[in-house]
Amino acid sequence: MRTARARPNILGGILGWVWLGVIVLPIYYIVLTSLREQSSFYTENPLLPPAAPTLDSYITVLTSGFPLYFFNSVVVTVASVAVILVICVMASYYIVRSRSKNAQRTFSVILLGLAIPLQATIIPVYYMITRLSLYDSLLALILPSIAFAVPITVLILVNFMRDIPGELFESMRVDGGGDWRMLWSLVVPLARPAIVTVAIYDALNVWNGFLFPLVLTQSANTRVLPLSLWTFQGEFQINIPAVLAAVTLSALPIVVLYVVGRRQLISGLTAGFGK
Amino acid sequence: MTTDIEAGAAVSRGAGSGLLPSSGRARRAPRPNGGGHGPSLLMAVPALAFFAAFAIIPLVGVVILSLMNWDGLGTPTWAGFDNWTRTLASPETHNAAWLSLVVMIGNWVIQAPLSLLIGVFIAGHQRYRAFLAALYFLPLVFSAAATAIAFKALLDPNFGLGAALKIPFLKQNWLGDPTLALGVVLFVIAWTFIPFHSLLYQAGARQIPASLYEAAMLDGASGWQRFWQITIPQLRYTIITSSTLMLVGSLTYFDLIYVLTQGGPGNATRILPLDMYLVGFRSFDMGRASVIAVILVVVGLTLSLALNRASGANRMESQMEGM
Repeated sequence: MRTARARPNILGGILGWVWLGVIVLPIYYIVLTSLREQSSFYTENPLLPPAAPTLDSYITVLTSGFPLYFFNSVVVTVASVAVILVICVMASYYIVRSRSKNAQRTFSVILLGLAIPLQATIIPVYYMITRLSLYDSLLALILPSIAFAVPITVLILVNFMRDIPGELFESMRVDGGGDWRMLWSLVVPLARPAIVTVAIYDALNVWNGFLFPLVLTQSANTRVLPLSLWTFQGEFQINIPAVLAAVTLSALPIVVLYVVGRRQLISGLTAGFGK
Repeated sequence: MTTDIEAGAAVSRGAGSGLLPSSGRARRAPRPNGGGHGPSLLMAVPALAFFAAFAIIPLVGVVILSLMNWDGLGTPTWAGFDNWTRTLASPETHNAAWLSLVVMIGNWVIQAPLSLLIGVFIAGHQRYRAFLAALYFLPLVFSAAATAIAFKALLDPNFGLGAALKIPFLKQNWLGDPTLALGVVLFVIAWTFIPFHSLLYQAGARQIPASLYEAAMLDGASGWQRFWQITIPQLRYTIITSSTLMLVGSLTYFDLIYVLTQGGPGNATRILPLDMYLVGFRSFDMGRASVIAVILVVVGLTLSLALNRASGANRMESQMEGM
């Protein structure tokens, strides 16, 4: 729409490049500092490339338990997202295809979760997790992460599945296909873009989650990445390059995901709110 | 993003926007399948079970716990309305409620205009704008903890940005001064969330029919006039959606502020969610923390329903047509 414009938008252009600076400068600083020697951190200009770039900070971080925290994050994220996808695809299929009143009720109840700041329920969740003897286990993170992702995931999937033509279901039903077959050979293939989208979106949220790990775990064995950044900050104190190396490493998988699947990631972020 | 709080933010981001539009849509959607009753409720049971166990039951639980004394370890005992009277009289919680309101309004004032301008800007199809847009979204990949830690280092008066650029203004004790700290919190929240909101505005702006602009140009409207008389009115539903998410989302910021300032200096950045955490998990007064949690739930729910209602049925229509 803007291409029709006769004059170039100078004001917009200036704002655009200024904002780029605001966004990129902190990221540039993080990466640059992580490559600095600890000793030169206090002497060199923070925005100029280090005179002697080094990966020492990364080695410090990688030998300080980081691989375990990384592994924990992977376990929690993969397990949560796998379960989220299975149960939400099933529930969405039910909501879209069932003609009973319960389908609409189910949908309304689940959508209620979007209007409530769910983390306000953290105290009862903590109570339940301790009573179930799950405190300080990875399962303690996985279970509530699944539950909290249900509303937005179902919303996105339902919005998408409604566009699958009813005739496809009809013809498969005529062929004698049951629910499971419909789900597996019709819904899943056709809803694939939406499934990829919610998978990325939910993975991002679980990966970056902080409140559950903070409240529901305590030992190093169950530490996940965002919480490890917090503890690294306590352990390394003045070793800022090491802290920022940990920050960089923790964001790396998401950056890779971003480069590979930017379109899906972005459509994932807007999907629940646009259409 | 999203996560805990990001996860929380993500959840609350959905607040308002998706809620009514979709159910509205569902009500109107014809059911195309002729025979049969469709799939069985069993299909929805696992999702419902998870949601009930870790969202609905805790929601009831938090109300009950607000009437109990509990230190987080032993067995909760009945307290009646004691927690309520103590919390409602607590200057700390009053302060937190006030700060939450300030943060809520501050967030909106800062983020709404910037997100709109940036979103409209990157809705253009020029190459350089696509390039800028790709970089604009980078903050989305950092967890709130990572962002907060990075800004802490960046804002260090001696070794941070101020020292690098030799600008005296930047060499302040940003996180140590109560007035400045709240400003820093607002700035870092904006840095984190504007990318997401500009994404919404980008999508909204791309839906505006080009013919509207062409007609306006034929009538000799200036760029300024086109912006105010076409872009803004056409984006009104996006403005409502995005504003709802910003306002309700303000009730959920926890991890960013927790890592950045821990609510300090003093209680200068101790907003309600942080107050809830600190009362519950630092002072081990789960009963009072539950009172704060109930307040958060009620305010959040009221706010998203009120904004949804205020925006009216028209908004649902537009959302259905694919905003």
